[in-house]
Amino acid sequence: MANSNNNRRKFMATTLQSVGLTALGGLLWSGYSDEVKASPLVLRPPGALPEDDFLKACIKCGLCAEACVNRDSNKNKDGSKRKGTLQIAKGGDHKLIGTPFFIPTDVPCYMCDDIPCVPVCPSEALDISSLLNKEEELDINKARMGLAVVHKESCIAFWGIQCDACYRACPLQGEAITIEHQKNERTGKHAFLLPIVHSDVCTGCGLCEKACVTEKPAIFVLPIEHSTGRAGDHYVKGWDKKDQQRVKNAKEIHTKDERSEKEATDYLNMGVDY
Amino acid sequence: MKNMKYLLLRRLTQFIILSLYFGANAYGWHMLEGTFGSSRLFGFIPLADPYTTVQVLASGFVLGADVLFGALIITIFYMVVGGRAFCSWVCPINMVTDLANWLRRKLNLDREEVNYRFIKRRARYWIMVLGIIVSAVVGVAAFEVLSPITIMQRGIIFGFGAGISVIIAIFLFDLFGVKNGWCGHLCPLGATYSLIGKASLIRVDHNHENCTNCMKCKVVCPENHVLYMVNKESIMVTDGECTNCGRCIDVCDDDALNFSIRNFAKK
Repeated sequence: MANSNNNRRKFMATTLQSVGLTALGGLLWSGYSDEVKASPLVLRPPGALPEDDFLKACIKCGLCAEACVNRDSNKNKDGSKRKGTLQIAKGGDHKLIGTPFFIPTDVPCYMCDDIPCVPVCPSEALDISSLLNKEEELDINKARMGLAVVHKESCIAFWGIQCDACYRACPLQGEAITIEHQKNERTGKHAFLLPIVHSDVCTGCGLCEKACVTEKPAIFVLPIEHSTGRAGDHYVKGWDKKDQQRVKNAKEIHTKDERSEKEATDYLNMGVDY
Repeated sequence: MKNMKYLLLRRLTQFIILSLYFGANAYGWHMLEGTFGSSRLFGFIPLADPYTTVQVLASGFVLGADVLFGALIITIFYMVVGGRAFCSWVCPINMVTDLANWLRRKLNLDREEVNYRFIKRRARYWIMVLGIIVSAVVGVAAFEVLSPITIMQRGIIFGFGAGISVIIAIFLFDLFGVKNGWCGHLCPLGATYSLIGKASLIRVDHNHENCTNCMKCKVVCPENHVLYMVNKESIMVTDGECTNCGRCIDVCDDDALNFSIRNFAKK
């Protein structure tokens, strides 16, 4: 009897210990995993799911990077192989290890027509359907790897110096980056030729960032989540018929303050002597 | 040389498999591409790590058919044929821990008084389950963020970076910490293959008649509790934790241990 009691106590104690140690491990492990997956400023291959889903889905096989570096077009003139665009994160890269990414200033994405990196993805972390056009063909122009942003204070074109390196490097020249002409008031007789990025076309390939002549690129690609703002649903473009549809069924809102009886013109002409 | 047959065969297998993976990236070979997480054999047969697959599913993402089918192929292969053979015939960490274990014996670190035993062998099953739970909670395949197995494999294919420190840590842990600490106590992938391969066909068979009780096999075995029958009964090593490494067969001078095919009909 005493013996079975002892056994039961020992069993209870070891079970409790195992459960407790597992809980300890679980807390440490969860904390660590959550920290290491927080690497927001990372550019993913074309067709990558939104970062949160991508981190779940990517099985870290590296097939995309292997397809990228071994594509036929990735050769120097003498036939030797060039470095690929896609790298696989390793310890010290401060990105979730094993996942693919690219750094435009190192090697940008050359936007291959056949997109070798995407169809090989076995886990569908790179979503091929997001890159199909109306004819169901692969279309790299549909990729949204990021969005280029111009820092106008360091862009020498904004200083009035003639430079259109990014415009010329852009694979969607005249669509993703256009040049806007503006009068240079400082000299009075020159023009600014300003690069303007269009976020509905820019794929985030990074060729502009690679081409930029400033010491630290004045045009650079950020993940779309980080290079865009959001006006919010409560702003409605009253001049846009389609946007106006959004408030078609809106209910009248009663405000606390009395509505002014005056017309808008009364306000504008206030204090003006005729 | 006589007592190194399976050791050399294993090293050769590991070397060939890792070379094929390396060549897929470096030279564009299409024999075996990818990493253990998911691979392509001969350019079209998908393969995938069953434990990784379960973690990704637990994290809340429904994987592509290639991975699911690949995981099924691998599971069936080890379930029917190899048992835990992945651990000793494929996994690159095996080379690290085998080296640590060999050094342990040479440096007399195996003596009872310096052998820490603060981890139980069954810890790996808790870690295996925990890995799936953490994957679900955090939303990322939890073991894959720190797995030394794929860190080492990717290191060989794509370059190590700071990841080499993880490999050194495993080596030091196995050498100075717990004997067979990683592969025999902690590794959740090994635990997964132990469960998958429980009923696999290729097994080590013990012939009690030939045994001289020299215990060389138990000294060299990384999971030596599976050899409980040595010099007691003529039965097969049926424990799923046996890695089918064949070291016991190599070191046996008396032909008391051999690979054999499990015969379910005989039972």
